[in-house]
Amino acid sequence: MRRILLMGNPNVGKSVVFSRLTGADVIVSNYPGTTVEFTKGRMKLDGERAEVIDVPGTYTLDPTTRAEQVAAEMVSQGDIIVDVVDATNLERNLNLTLQLLQTGKPVIVALNMWDEAGHKGIEIDVEALEQILGVAVVPTIAISGRGINTLVQRLDEASTGTPRFLGCDRWSTVGHIVDQVQRVTHRHHTFLENLADLSLKPWTGIPLAVVLGLVSFAVIRFIGEGLIGYLFDPLFERLWAPVVLHLSALLGPGSFWHELLVGKLVAGEIDFVESLGLLTTGLYVPLAMVLPYVFAFYLVLSLLEDIGYLPRLGVLVDTIMHRLGLHGLTIIPMMLGLGCNIPGALATRVLETRRQRFIAATLMAICVPCMAQIAMVVGLLGKFGAAGLIPVFGTLAILWVVLALIFKAVLPGEAPEIFIEIPPYRIPALRTTGQKVWLRTRQFVADAVPYVLLGVLIVNVLYVAGIIQFMGRILAPIITGILGLPAEAVAALLIGFLRKDVAVGMLAPLGLTLKQLIIACVVLTSYFPCAATFAVLLREFGAKGMAKAAVLMVVVALSVGGLLNLLL
Amino acid sequence: MRPGQTGTVVDLAGGRGMVRRMQAMGIRPGVPITRLSGQPFRGPVSLQVGATQVAVGYGLARRIMVEVAS
Repeated sequence: MRRILLMGNPNVGKSVVFSRLTGADVIVSNYPGTTVEFTKGRMKLDGERAEVIDVPGTYTLDPTTRAEQVAAEMVSQGDIIVDVVDATNLERNLNLTLQLLQTGKPVIVALNMWDEAGHKGIEIDVEALEQILGVAVVPTIAISGRGINTLVQRLDEASTGTPRFLGCDRWSTVGHIVDQVQRVTHRHHTFLENLADLSLKPWTGIPLAVVLGLVSFAVIRFIGEGLIGYLFDPLFERLWAPVVLHLSALLGPGSFWHELLVGKLVAGEIDFVESLGLLTTGLYVPLAMVLPYVFAFYLVLSLLEDIGYLPRLGVLVDTIMHRLGLHGLTIIPMMLGLGCNIPGALATRVLETRRQRFIAATLMAICVPCMAQIAMVVGLLGKFGAAGLIPVFGTLAILWVVLALIFKAVLPGEAPEIFIEIPPYRIPALRTTGQKVWLRTRQFVADAVPYVLLGVLIVNVLYVAGIIQFMGRILAPIITGILGLPAEAVAALLIGFLRKDVAVGMLAPLGLTLKQLIIACVVLTSYFPCAATFAVLLREFGAKGMAKAAVLMVVVALSVGGLLNLLL
Repeated sequence: MRPGQTGTVVDLAGGRGMVRRMQAMGIRPGVPITRLSGQPFRGPVSLQVGATQVAVGYGLARRIMVEVAS
């Protein structure tokens, strides 16, 4: 089977081309480093199956970072290299093209973002470029699919090319080529470019960031609450509840299957939060409490990503972050972690050193609750308003800063300076942004529903077997003594290893006071990541790294919980 | 170099790693460069090089030697 490598500078649209070629679902965004893993897919080429690999972006084959090193090593394993080139930035991109031609592999160039180049007044003579490079050059607009068919048809034309050196070194060769094939007509700044400038100037950029943050928050709340109040709650209460009540009467309260499927009735009625049955709480928590917020969050995050805002935010916060011993781009894994800690943990790869990645991942695992958990905390504490929510999220924010400072003092080394390409602002394409929101939401449903059901099942089994009561007695000194929680809260802490949203939900029937709820929510966030996140962290940092992180998590959670118990 | 000013890169005063990374982004001697903005308190500086905008930490930016156009 032939192997096709998609290579090019970061943020030139390799993943969009990949998704066009293979039909596979991949996440694409407007910032360098979205693709941190090799993504493999299949396509048909001359009636045969061929493997397509989406290689993480690299500026050069003389590797300067580890990610680039991996990309450079990848070259030897390819049969055809599709060099994706950003037509709006020919000069810098051709540097890599020439390096790829020197490897002696067959290359074909996809001149991507052809439309944007046109808007920017950049004209490229494709035929002249083909002649100079000696390989096929196909203009493409991957986001709309234009040129992709031609690219596929001409894949066989990929050739080793004739890399003639027109100057004394590579850069002067690039300069000569650009002079011959490119004409730039000057034109005025567009609105987006002006906005781009404003969002990086400190006196306009920082207020803009604050406004964007508030607007995002308001939009997420509006959509989340709207979906729950007008769609999911009525669906569950009016349509689903009668069905389950019917089933309840059929099974007879108290029987094993009734306990498992329906759970406990509260005053003869189904309480979707407290009943703890597979068909009641098990479905209501992921679908009606969490899903609306997850969807709303991903909609907002995906828009910010595709416009190209995140790297600018990274630059704006870099000064403060360096005071905390962190890199400005640490903000990207934190933002993604707010959706789900797993993509957050993977996104730490945008950071350069292992130390930075470890600190970012640990901070995220301890202090950044995922959207599923946030939604449940809001559901549980929302009725207390600010008095319930501010202590939880405020504590986590302070903890984040304190831990960052501790890491800075304890772990040797310092944060490398920021060095990142700032992509232009782009109007998000409905198709790619919509597909990304859909992909992430679907991923949530596919991952969450089975895990939540499993969690509810395990709770029921553990209760029936008496294990929870037993653990409660053993751990009572810690849970009651230090944290001031009732012994039954041990069930929530046990399930928290599996899934945080169910764990928070399990606090509901315990009749906790506001203070106990606050402590329990903070401890549940920080004491350990959920099983899926833990697995990813283990893969990224190894058993030794994770053992250290795990000890830290437990110690931090107990001290913060204990402190809150004394202070509140 | 103040925001809005343009000049020509003269030298990259840094180790091989830094020079290579800068060059890969298109920052090399002889290239015109514009400072777009800078964050206060020695924060990152944003630069325009060719068609690329980059943000560079203050310490790194200081090592890009530029001859400012008058």
